[in-house]
Amino acid sequence: MIRFENVTKVYDQKARPALDAINLEVDRGEFAFLVGASGSGKSTFLRLVLKEDRASSGAVYVAGQNVANISSWRVPRLRRGIGVVFQDFRLLPQKTVFANVAFAMQVIGKSRSVIRETVPEVLKTVGLEGKENRLPHELSGGEQQRVAIARAVVNRPGILLADEPTGNLDPTTSMGIMGVLDKINQNGTTVVMATHDDDIVNEMRKRVVELRNGVIIRDEAKALYTSMIPVVGQSRRLRDASGRDPQPVTTRAEARAAAEHQL
Amino acid sequence: MRLQFILAEIASGLRRNLSMVVSVILVTFVSLTFVGAAGMLQLQINQMKGYWYDKVQVAIFLCSDGSTAAGCATGPVTAEQQENLRNVLESPAVAQYVNDFQFESKDDAYKHFKEQFSNSPIVDSVTPDQLPASFRINMKDPEKYQIISETFSSQAGVETVIDQRQLLERLFSVMNAASLVAVSVAGVMIVCAILLIATTIRLSAFSRRRETGIMRLVGASKMVIQLPFILEGVIAAVIGAALASGTLWAVAHFFLGDYLSKQYPDTAFISAGQTLILVPALIGLGVLLAGVSSLLTLRRYLRV
Repeated sequence: MIRFENVTKVYDQKARPALDAINLEVDRGEFAFLVGASGSGKSTFLRLVLKEDRASSGAVYVAGQNVANISSWRVPRLRRGIGVVFQDFRLLPQKTVFANVAFAMQVIGKSRSVIRETVPEVLKTVGLEGKENRLPHELSGGEQQRVAIARAVVNRPGILLADEPTGNLDPTTSMGIMGVLDKINQNGTTVVMATHDDDIVNEMRKRVVELRNGVIIRDEAKALYTSMIPVVGQSRRLRDASGRDPQPVTTRAEARAAAEHQL
Repeated sequence: MRLQFILAEIASGLRRNLSMVVSVILVTFVSLTFVGAAGMLQLQINQMKGYWYDKVQVAIFLCSDGSTAAGCATGPVTAEQQENLRNVLESPAVAQYVNDFQFESKDDAYKHFKEQFSNSPIVDSVTPDQLPASFRINMKDPEKYQIISETFSSQAGVETVIDQRQLLERLFSVMNAASLVAVSVAGVMIVCAILLIATTIRLSAFSRRRETGIMRLVGASKMVIQLPFILEGVIAAVIGAALASGTLWAVAHFFLGDYLSKQYPDTAFISAGQTLILVPALIGLGVLLAGVSSLLTLRRYLRV
């Protein structure tokens, strides 16, 4: 579904590449976590999939198509096949839950009857039935994220990209959100989720791809947030395969702090 | 559905940016009014040319009592001199340029004078004696005035030869200058309008960046994202153009039609109906202004 072939992304010629010769394949219907410290290249990875940026070298394939060959007027079609969820929800504050989800269908020209039929269905999938007419500020963070997920999947994309969707949520709410994402994944949607949330990754036992400094240092099926190889304290630094910047951000608190610092 | 959606977006954009939209409307209104005024002046010039060039004549004024011109050394024109001039006019050398001519005696001149200045007290102080007699010549080709002038200026009994067209030309050149001024003012105002439209679109794009960001992500086409912004500018400009057209029509109808044409009944003013041919031009210009400036702005400030 998503294939990276030797992809390098350089933002600044003088700095190290954001992604450095990445090779990765995510199959149809797979659920993959993308973990790593801030600046490790997770967001760049997602941006390249969406063709928000161009790879400096190498090829990015989405649904079998090299995104470099997609002309700019066809990019909307690519994006219709990809749903995106963010840490900050990005709902429209003056629109109701229903209108927020319907918005994604309106702008691509779906008919009113289709919208009226599909939106309640999707809201039910994410567990928001009965809250159609609430405004975003009347909802809890978890509920807002559910609205955002509903909006991302209402057009039935083949891929769902989630950029730290639980970053603003408490652990219990996060698990609820993960349940929703898992349900969507069960329905056949490929899910790629960038996260710092070790509890969630450990709980889900899905594929884990760990990035550090733009390089994949681990790609394990049914894995934990940290490596299965038992490591204690200082010795964690040994895991740094690339040999560069031997300063892993391992605890959740540290990761949060780093993320906030970057914002 | 998409059309309805775009219309709703435009309405919300116009509401949110009301003060900017009003200023765009006013600026396009003023600039297009100046463009239209220049157009109206040109229409008026053409109208007057058509009307007057058929009627204006070359006038050969004959010597009267007070004449001081060289040809009048012998005093007021004699019957003999007058007959001589008539013969020259009828001679083949001159007649080929002349459609027809009339002799206007002092009494005729007095009668015309009284008609033209019927409202003025000056009529009471003028006597037929003070007005010169003249030959009024209708030329086949008004451009050949020079020939008549050369032939008759030196004839005995002729005070002066006047091409009435030249008097009109002077008026037209004044009107042309006025329309040039109107066009220059319009040019400056149009630059204002373009910049203001660009700023408005920029603000509008900024205040709706959340929506457009989401639209981009869910795969809305470039058209769906950009069209509301472009149409916002275009609608404002069209309203401005409509106001400008209305103003020009009102000027033609009330000022030219009702007021000036009563003051100067013998002048052909353009009718209010004629100004309507300027309307499509003004609206087209407004749409072009808004469309081009918003397209260029969006290209810079709205990522799609």
